[in-house]
Amino acid sequence: MTLETDQLIRTLAADNAHRARPVGFALALALLAAAPVSLVMFFAALGVRPDAMTAMHNPFFDLKFLVTLALAISAIAVSLHLSRPEAVLRGWAWLLVIPVGLLAVGIACEMMLPQRLPMMTRLVGSNSRVCMTAIPLLSLPLLAAALIGLRHGAPARPALAGALAGMLSAGLAATLYAAHCTDDSPLFVATWYTIATAMVAAIGALAGSRMLRF
Amino acid sequence: MPEREDEWTSLMRLAVSGDDAAYHRLLKAVTPVLRAAARRGLARSGQPVDQSEDIVQDILLAVHLKRHTWDADAPFGPWLFAIARNKLIDALRRRGRRVFVNIDDFAETIPSEPVAEIAPANEVAAQLQSLPARQREVLQSIAVDSASIKDTATKFAMSEGAVRVALHRGLASLTARLRER
Repeated sequence: MTLETDQLIRTLAADNAHRARPVGFALALALLAAAPVSLVMFFAALGVRPDAMTAMHNPFFDLKFLVTLALAISAIAVSLHLSRPEAVLRGWAWLLVIPVGLLAVGIACEMMLPQRLPMMTRLVGSNSRVCMTAIPLLSLPLLAAALIGLRHGAPARPALAGALAGMLSAGLAATLYAAHCTDDSPLFVATWYTIATAMVAAIGALAGSRMLRF
Repeated sequence: MPEREDEWTSLMRLAVSGDDAAYHRLLKAVTPVLRAAARRGLARSGQPVDQSEDIVQDILLAVHLKRHTWDADAPFGPWLFAIARNKLIDALRRRGRRVFVNIDDFAETIPSEPVAEIAPANEVAAQLQSLPARQREVLQSIAVDSASIKDTATKFAMSEGAVRVALHRGLASLTARLRER
């Protein structure tokens, strides 16, 4: 049997009344569904650090959330932009520089203040291994959700869109992890959070190159 | 060819606002351009150009199922060509050729009407056979027997809403199956 293109066109026109939700809606729904999974993982395995109330008065503790949320929000914005097939990264990539800029400002401020510990000690910290394990693991449910949500779009570069899904889920996971971690130095964040984020972005790119093709 | 694309944009805006006839006209209008681009892509990669109809149908399905990613404030042409380019590259890659397809190849394409030597498209039709019975029956009724949604509902003793759901799911699973080839 064959199907004439005219017949297909008529069939598609008959389905014109069907309205799909915007990609942003699908992404939000998927992330909201996955968030409880990551939250349960976080509270079961890590939990908020006991001195959180005092830590909140430390601007470097607060900066961690600023950086990770900035990463999550800009990656969400860029990934939604890239879910349109004709979209290019140019003109949008600067959004991803915001978290890097915030970190750079944090590092500069820390350098100017007197510190108890030497620079290398602050950078190495005491939780680097937990950080590099916890962020990717907490990311996984969110990454799966982000990929499912973004499948609703039509990215011309599926691997790139997948990498952004990785970055946004790492940003959200790192926001949770930051509440547990006692290393507040921006040097620690710039090193270990970045490595963890890069790992998740690589997984996202690999998964995206398969899952996000349309 | 900016006038051509301006007309597409206005037709697509009408389509999004619920004008099925405008949508039908739009798809009819873009098809010869897609066909010409598919033939050119096939020719350039040393493939028989009579395979173009499968690619055209593949593109049309993607256009239909991804049309919510088109921004109604943006021109329709660049969006359409981006979808078409993606599908064309995929189709050529599946045939074992890695080729560079330029977006401008579409914008400057001279429309090509179906010509006698074009092989009938059979990939979509073949996948149609593998759909669940209800989806297949509804799709066949509308596509092959040219029945309206209303007539199809009467024929299968379904509600019109159920026919619409089966129609959309059928098109979506067709596309998913084509992608997984």
